Amino acid sequence: MKVLAISGSLRSGSYNTQLLRAAEELLPPEVDFVLYEGLKAVPPYDEDDDVQPAPPAVAALRGAVAEADAVLFATPEYNSSIPGSLKNALDWVSRPPATNALRNKPVAVVGASTGAFGAVWAQAELRKVLAAIGARVVDGEVAVGHAPTRVDEHGRLEDESLQEQLQETIEALLDEAESRSLILA
Amino acid sequence: MSITTDTRQALPVGTWSLDPVHSTIGFEVDYLAGAFRGQFREIAARLDASGETPVIAGSAKVASVDVKDENLSAHLQSPDFFDAERYPELSFESSEIERQGDRLTVRGGITIKGAERPVELTGTITDPIADPYGGERLGLKLETGINRNEFGVDWNSALPDGKPSLADDVKLTAELQFVREA
Repeated sequence: MKVLAISGSLRSGSYNTQLLRAAEELLPPEVDFVLYEGLKAVPPYDEDDDVQPAPPAVAALRGAVAEADAVLFATPEYNSSIPGSLKNALDWVSRPPATNALRNKPVAVVGASTGAFGAVWAQAELRKVLAAIGARVVDGEVAVGHAPTRVDEHGRLEDESLQEQLQETIEALLDEAESRSLILA
Repeated sequence: MSITTDTRQALPVGTWSLDPVHSTIGFEVDYLAGAFRGQFREIAARLDASGETPVIAGSAKVASVDVKDENLSAHLQSPDFFDAERYPELSFESSEIERQGDRLTVRGGITIKGAERPVELTGTITDPIADPYGGERLGLKLETGINRNEFGVDWNSALPDGKPSLADDVKLTAELQFVREA
């Protein structure tokens, strides 16, 4: 089983990327964890460029999603929504609609913010976008508000209840991926 | 009243297979300011009126949903709507068929997205005619209304005034031509 982790934040010290790393720690040893690091290289979506072969950064992203059994997203909140770079990347992955790499893919969304609410609106927005693309969005929300006070210097979540929520979300994601693999088998 | 009994007729005895080309299974639901319709290209059905209790059973492949936009078709097959990967078919099987004149009432169970619910379809029957190809065929026109939320098909999108853009109530229609099995 392979889980692709996509952080909507590009910043090197990103709390969302740290949240994904915290999730990695909670995965069973047999699950491969791959952190996607190509978001910044994805060009702005332009239908004129959406041809074969796809731009290399797009092909890499689509390939990474296609190879994964599940995708875990962590998003910050910019102006009550998801970062433009993340939405842009999803717009690329969503094409072509009928066969896009996210179609039926089990996905889960978590988020961190420096403010109080842990990117809840952005998470809701991201779930909506992923569902519209055709992904299998699992229930579960992890909203890490006041992130600087809840993540230690090693990127570990210091809050037990958040840690539990993250664990539950990961389990729901892996269950969904497992049940999908049985259907496809 | 004896009139009801007097006008009640049996279904044409025999087993009947679907002519899928000249049959349609579709749906209609209010969306935004009008009604949205779609149909399923791949359908199957059979009418077995050979025994004491006639049975109509049919199914439609979710992946064959036919709407005018490929993005919409893809969305309809996603977990937001029918979840075609997990639930590839919609199906119906009757438990009871009542006929009065050319009116039919068909009760049975409909399964959408893995959820089976009781349903009553009403409509008409066209008694067997000889077709130009040496066969014998009859026609059924049936419809019913369901609440899609009962089947977990609960996607919606809010209008600017906060009201839902897509109605809960969906009309299902079946126009079926059956050919007598040899």
